[in-house]
Amino acid sequence: MSPEGHPKSPNFRSEFLAGVRDLLPILLGVMPFGLIFGALAISVGIPPLAAQFFSLLVFAGSAQFIAVGLIGEMAPVIVIVVTIFVVNLRHALYSASMSPHFAPLSMRWKLSLSWLLTDEAFATATTRYQRGNTDAAHWYTLGTGLALWSAWQISTALGILLGGEIPTSFPLAFALPLTFIALLVPTLRDRPTVAAAASAGVIAVLLSGLPLRLGLLMGAVAGIGIGLWIDRKAANVQS
Amino acid sequence: MSSLEIWLVILAGMVVTYLTRLSFTVLVPPDRLSPAFGRGLIYIPPAVLAAIVLPELILVDGEIAILLTNHQLVAGSLAALIAWRLKNTWLTIASGMLALWLLTTL
Repeated sequence: MSPEGHPKSPNFRSEFLAGVRDLLPILLGVMPFGLIFGALAISVGIPPLAAQFFSLLVFAGSAQFIAVGLIGEMAPVIVIVVTIFVVNLRHALYSASMSPHFAPLSMRWKLSLSWLLTDEAFATATTRYQRGNTDAAHWYTLGTGLALWSAWQISTALGILLGGEIPTSFPLAFALPLTFIALLVPTLRDRPTVAAAASAGVIAVLLSGLPLRLGLLMGAVAGIGIGLWIDRKAANVQS
Repeated sequence: MSSLEIWLVILAGMVVTYLTRLSFTVLVPPDRLSPAFGRGLIYIPPAVLAAIVLPELILVDGEIAILLTNHQLVAGSLAALIAWRLKNTWLTIASGMLALWLLTTL
């Protein structure tokens, strides 16, 4: 038996199902965007099969929206690919955050869980790792990732099928920021984490005019730096 | 845009996106980096999530709007309070949506 365990072992199965269950409310925020993505991709002339493969292979909501906009404007391929890369650079932060948790796993697990690393699945899995007793938490992470991936595929397919019948402005669109609020609040555990979040948010707002969602990335990096700085100041006072 | 170019965008987009996701889990394990890097990891979730959320709540048509007439900000603040006190994702989303609906219809 591999160190990761067998899928039928009750502990692994209950972790997997808990991951799926905890991601379900997040889908309320995600699925409308999958629908709109499918419809939007068709409207700019992307063939239905390619629109579905966009979600299957790239699997990154905001980058997919921006890329489809650029395809509609006939931007050069290299510009679109660089844009996708920069918009998705925040995943490197998720990758760094998960790396100590994934370190004991086999390469097959690392490759699979990394493939499924998105904003929502990352934030949900983070709350699981904070709860401790993490021997089987990779099954939880797999549950969150697969639940989100499946929902993204299904909602994209529905968007492709329904096409023009999807209204472009959804009252449900506000559910997505709300899911991020639900994910953000439990991470605010002490002064340094609150300072990291507050400074990241303020800088992201002030730099929101920058292209390629660079304000988000720069705000996040600055917030991490400020969290570390306050952490170190507190440590110096104690010693 | 030709369908060959669209497929090229999808395949190259897949590669660059997967590279960002593999960067530290597979490509550069952080144990080779400085201890400060390890301590910085715990600030990634609050920093990134706040950088996603705050502009969504505070900006209206690209302008900063810290006002009671900014319904998204009011509804989002209520949802944050619910998330903090009740620690329940369903209730957080439901209360935020309900608050937004009430504010925009009343």
